[in-house]
Amino acid sequence: MDNSEGYAIELRGIVKRFPGVIANNGIDLKVRRGEIHCLLGENGAGKTTLMRVLYGLYHPEEGEIILNGQPVQMNSPRAALNHHIGMIHQHFRLVSTLSVEENIVLGLDEGTGPFMNFRKARAKISAIANEYGLSVDPQTKIWQLTVGQQQRVEILKALYREVDILIMDEPTSVLTPQEVDQLFTTLRTLVDDGLTIIFITHKLDEVMQVSNRVTVLRKGKVVSTLLTNETDKPTLARLMVGREVVFRLEKSPKELKEKLLDVNDLHALNDRGLPALRGVSFDLFGGEILGVAGVSGNGQYELAEVLTGLRKATKGKVLLAKKEVTNCSAREMNNLNVAHIPAERIRMGIVPAMSIRENLILKKYRYSPFSHGEFLNYKEIEENARRAMSDYQIAAPSCETPAKLLSGGNVQKVVLARELSENPCLIVAVHPTYGLDIGATEQVRQILLAQRERGAATLLISEDLEEIMTMSDRILVLFNGEVMGILEAESADIEEIGLMMAGTRHKGEKL
Amino acid sequence: MKMRVGFKVERRPVASGRVVFFVSLLAIFAAFVVAGIFFQIYGVSPIRAYQLILRGSLGSRFGLAETVRRVIPLLLCGVGLTIAFRANFWNIGAEGQLLMGAVAAAGVALFSGLPGPLLLPAMFIAGFMGGAAWGLIPAILKVMLGLNDVITTLMMNYIAIYFLEWLIHGPWKGPTARGFAYTDTFQQAARLPTFYNTRIHWPTLILGLILAVVMYVVVTRTRSGFEIRVVGDNPDAARFAGISQLKTTLLVMLISGGFAGLAGVGEVAGIHLRLLGPNNISMGYGYTAIIVAWLARRNPLAVIVTALLFGVIMTGGDVIKVSLGLPFQLINVFNGLILFFLIGSEILLRYRISFLLRR
Repeated sequence: MDNSEGYAIELRGIVKRFPGVIANNGIDLKVRRGEIHCLLGENGAGKTTLMRVLYGLYHPEEGEIILNGQPVQMNSPRAALNHHIGMIHQHFRLVSTLSVEENIVLGLDEGTGPFMNFRKARAKISAIANEYGLSVDPQTKIWQLTVGQQQRVEILKALYREVDILIMDEPTSVLTPQEVDQLFTTLRTLVDDGLTIIFITHKLDEVMQVSNRVTVLRKGKVVSTLLTNETDKPTLARLMVGREVVFRLEKSPKELKEKLLDVNDLHALNDRGLPALRGVSFDLFGGEILGVAGVSGNGQYELAEVLTGLRKATKGKVLLAKKEVTNCSAREMNNLNVAHIPAERIRMGIVPAMSIRENLILKKYRYSPFSHGEFLNYKEIEENARRAMSDYQIAAPSCETPAKLLSGGNVQKVVLARELSENPCLIVAVHPTYGLDIGATEQVRQILLAQRERGAATLLISEDLEEIMTMSDRILVLFNGEVMGILEAESADIEEIGLMMAGTRHKGEKL
Repeated sequence: MKMRVGFKVERRPVASGRVVFFVSLLAIFAAFVVAGIFFQIYGVSPIRAYQLILRGSLGSRFGLAETVRRVIPLLLCGVGLTIAFRANFWNIGAEGQLLMGAVAAAGVALFSGLPGPLLLPAMFIAGFMGGAAWGLIPAILKVMLGLNDVITTLMMNYIAIYFLEWLIHGPWKGPTARGFAYTDTFQQAARLPTFYNTRIHWPTLILGLILAVVMYVVVTRTRSGFEIRVVGDNPDAARFAGISQLKTTLLVMLISGGFAGLAGVGEVAGIHLRLLGPNNISMGYGYTAIIVAWLARRNPLAVIVTALLFGVIMTGGDVIKVSLGLPFQLINVFNGLILFFLIGSEILLRYRISFLLRR
């Protein structure tokens, strides 16, 4: 190591704001030369933003970037490449109709004048490919390759540009387990050859498997940097989701009503056709909030979608108030008075160009009093909007304001007002406070608690362990599509939940 | 001290109705200015050309009648297209749907053998169904197989054109057409009445006006309209709310294709009185109607105004041909420029540009 400190990268006090959010709030990060350094954190913790700052895609408001002891200005990805930094994005940046070699030399000046010289490029590509075991046929078109092979092309592309530092953003999210093993082998070879790798992930197993050191980010700040062999998964899980309880909510003692939901051996596939739920069983009572904890991507979204009729179960049974509702349509579930507060409220929850009053009847426009026969009754629709806006304190100039002009908190209140106004018997709430400010968060939680008081059964899916701990009566932990155990919230131990989130079954659960 | 003019671009939250109106007007004005250059190249003063066009298309009884008869197909196709565009279905195929409507109506007129009073209603129903069938094919292909609607609707136009060509050159070629590629003329009962001795087949005009009003009510006041708007603006939210994208897409293309088919009925039963070549039947009404619907900002009621504007421009084509001896095709330059500036002006609806003086 020629540099006295041996740090390839030093980031000091990086601040990056987006409208309404501080994505990076004074981040310090040091990466040693020749290590695999994991950046661990939940969705929205600021990992990708930080790496985009390093790669010159974003310009930070404050802070410094220091490479090998020298402060540098990172104005563009080209500047990053000139400093031998490469980044492989979560969604590959490849031209699918071009061949492997064409993609690799894209943007480089290979050849003379207007002519490309592929012979030289080809030799270099095969040299690199042989050295690191990254075999791909250089003349194949990208669209003919599997996702794992496409990733190899991305790595080749970076190596062709002679990078010293390689940033990989959630590289395993699209790979099969075998491809993941292969990738890890490649990464180790690269590091042995002197490369430095920054590896973004939210999967604890991968951190333990591949990294030398790990930095945990939460809500735009660094929580801790640790040596991987001096830590373990439960510690990391806890650091990642946080433990201090910000809110103390007044919660009445649980009053058990009748069993409303009975889920039995539920199986379902994710969007890529792979198993996402593998035999999930639980029950849920009126007047109860069941928190679903887990690191994201362990089947939570699929569970919410199956229960609200948006995804088909491949096996298993769902009983709602003793009636079988397995694979009912979204409209049927809605008519059975099941409310759904979706994870992506802007993408699924609202129709942006339509007014607040119309968004408020998105699921009820077919029924009296909002329509008579084919005609909508705007007098009732407006009355409903006025009531909802005052009940839920939706701040907007008028009920005809398009939903796209509302702030995140007000959008969520529109969704809540719509979903909860019919006094639902079951509420499936996914990340109900994600991205909201403290005031709106508190309001949303109060609204959900009021529903519990009234006797609704609530399934609360959240990546925020604080939220799960404060709100729930019982806590279910999902890992890899399976239930690791269900705990009473009062006596639940955060250490144990951390363990379960990392794949350990709760004591007393049968294997 | 030097003053510099700078400008600032800001996002505009929502464009008010007034802003939309003035921006649209500005786009049309810009198109007329640029089209003026072409008149200048031909050695005709643009101002004189525009005066002649206005006088020729609105200032005389004959001109006005010619304008109105062109408004009829533009109105019917345009109203239908606003509905498809609302649901985010890019129907570029009104031309083919119009022709298939004409084919279906001609089939009934020539071969059904229906008694007189039933003939015209049957032709309208058949025309609607012909256009709708042509529109439903791309709708099904999009929802079931994910095929691009722009490409399929566009390609269906060519199928319709050559199908029609085949009919009039082959099996439907009229024995009395003296070797021309026509069908026989329709019997009296299959002809639409016209307004005095103009070519305004008024029943179709009234139908178009009624449908514009009806569709405005459907879009803004009914459950189906609500579903159309939700599917068009956010298909994910539609799925979330249990609104079927398949049903909604089929409905809008039934309407959009069907209305274009009605326009085809009007052309053959009101003007040509026989089925003839595709270029003679339509003159590109289906394509021009895209601009008509777009300029109306997808509002069926506003189509009444924008269809009139394009009726004037199309009649203006005759004027520049007859009075100035210039090619009729200059009109296509107009249409292209208006669409160009209209799409270009969208940015003014989304952003506010303010000029500032800086020192």
